[in-house]
Amino acid sequence: MSDKKTFDRDSISNTLTVAIGLSLICSVLVASAAIVLKPRQLKNQEEYRQRIILEVAGLMEPDGDIASLFATIQADTVDIASGESVEIYLEKDGDAIQQIILPISGPGLWSTMRGYLALAPDGNTVKGIRFYEHAETPGLGDQIDKADWRNLWVGKHLYDDDNTPRIEVVRGFALRDATNTNLKYQIDGLSGATLTGNGVSRLVQHWIGPEGFGPYLETYR
Amino acid sequence: MEAYVNLFIKAAFVENLALMFFLGMCTFLAVSKRVETAIGLGIAVIAVQTITVPVNHLIYSYLLAPGALAWAGLPDVDLSFLGLVSYIGVIAALVQILEMTLDRYVPRLYNALGIFLPLITVNCAILGGTLFMVERHYDLGESVVYGLGSGAGWAIALIALAGIREKLKYSDVPDGLQGLGITFIIVGLMSLGFMGFSGVQL
Amino acid sequence: MSEMRKVVIDPLIDNNPVTLQMLGICSALAVTTSLLPALLMCVALTSVSALSCAAISLIRHRIPNNIRIIVHMTIIASLVILTDQLLRAYAFETSRQLSVFVGLIITNCIVLGRAEAFAMKNPVGLSFLDGLGNGLGYSLILLAVATLRELFGAGTLLGYSILPLTQDGGWYAANGLMLLPPSAFFIIGLLIWGIRTWRKQQVEHADYQIHEVHRTDVY
Repeated sequence: MSDKKTFDRDSISNTLTVAIGLSLICSVLVASAAIVLKPRQLKNQEEYRQRIILEVAGLMEPDGDIASLFATIQADTVDIASGESVEIYLEKDGDAIQQIILPISGPGLWSTMRGYLALAPDGNTVKGIRFYEHAETPGLGDQIDKADWRNLWVGKHLYDDDNTPRIEVVRGFALRDATNTNLKYQIDGLSGATLTGNGVSRLVQHWIGPEGFGPYLETYR
Repeated sequence: MEAYVNLFIKAAFVENLALMFFLGMCTFLAVSKRVETAIGLGIAVIAVQTITVPVNHLIYSYLLAPGALAWAGLPDVDLSFLGLVSYIGVIAALVQILEMTLDRYVPRLYNALGIFLPLITVNCAILGGTLFMVERHYDLGESVVYGLGSGAGWAIALIALAGIREKLKYSDVPDGLQGLGITFIIVGLMSLGFMGFSGVQL
Repeated sequence: MSEMRKVVIDPLIDNNPVTLQMLGICSALAVTTSLLPALLMCVALTSVSALSCAAISLIRHRIPNNIRIIVHMTIIASLVILTDQLLRAYAFETSRQLSVFVGLIITNCIVLGRAEAFAMKNPVGLSFLDGLGNGLGYSLILLAVATLRELFGAGTLLGYSILPLTQDGGWYAANGLMLLPPSAFFIIGLLIWGIRTWRKQQVEHADYQIHEVHRTDVY
């Protein structure tokens, strides 16, 4: 290193050389990586989204090919009251609609919960519900992700005969005897996770109401 | 307005950057020995956070996000991968400015903070605040409130811990736990306490 | 050769970045709810640490003092962006769980700390090993915490059920606290207690002595 004794690392020329050289090398590296890997990343995101939708529709098979399983599902857009266009999914058999899959989201106890709600073609009966993103309390609120609780939703009705949204998560157990005429609108609450349950109720009611997909679902009834 | 107040409370207490997301821990544990230094650093962090989150929001929305450069006639450009570098650049620049301002106008605080002032640049809580803002797609107003709230929350946690540690100086702590060990356990208990804020909504 | 060994082995217990140097703690707590994200985080951090220390050491004689920190941050940030892009391409689901914490490797004190303290004054090979060693020390703690938290919190390891949960018909009533933030603090605190009982030279000096009779052997 003896020939570098006169080398002044704090000189303007060296500072500029290092700054420009480093910026060039780093930008080339980072940009190339971003460009080369982008197609793969997009594919991953797409597959992930499709997998979630398939799971909610009950069509997911563990070793199945996602692209082919997704073939029966078509995307559609719905304009909601705020003017926003939301993408929804329809499972179709030829021209006949088998299931309507709607994205739902709303605040939970800790952060936003995002999921999908699957409905029968009558726009009223629930066929499935799934939250793919949530931060609820492990062991308590995160039961919304467990099959047992999700199965409670199957067969429930969203609206009553006057088209009022009636579905709700109750506190404790919904009474299962003949005196409870509202049983078809009620889902058992989660013990120790009342606020999570309330959050789910509120967000589902919001999305099936007039500010969400309410007007759209009316066209099915 | 209510939404902003709720966001502030959520950012400061329910989603406290230090106690729930463990951001800024290194400085958190190092500066919390004395309440005075803690207050000084806390204020500095609030200042930096309140400014950097909205500024980074503007940079993201108008320069980096996919389609953000539409105003310059380049709607197909997606520069979001440059996010990390840009945000840290903004933070470093702002901390440098803060350093120079403090040195000129409040030299006592500048000396008291010492090395920890430039270390705000690499305080994960600052960068983390920006990254959360991007992830959750806050708008400009929400960014300001979130910056203020998250900075305030971090500062509150720091000052509280400093208070506890000052009192703890006179306790008989087992040798292996002395210093860092017992601090971790205290912070764990504080974290447990802050969880009680969940579900608070106005 | 023995210097190289020392540089890699020291940070494992004797000079562990997390339990002694107090660096890199943020992510040690946040990503340890289950083992897989923790594992990926360890790989990411160790690679960034080793490579950035090597890169900085390579140009250490040329870096001007007035832009030193920015140069460090640029190199580290670029490596982190590369890592983030790779994770999103090849380990998408787990990278979603890691969310902002990969980006936060930029501010991870271990990486910057070792760059300043070691890479600026040592040749490339040794700096690479130092970055590697500290990354491994960090990984050791992270993996220990993650294993405990996932095993006792969810009864699984890497997703495979080890202790069957009562919800699934088994006997193990999961300890929900393990999956919440405070448990990470407690576990590391207890780990530190264990390590310092074993290696007494790491014990910190108390500010005040309570009973002289009780404490004559601490110095």
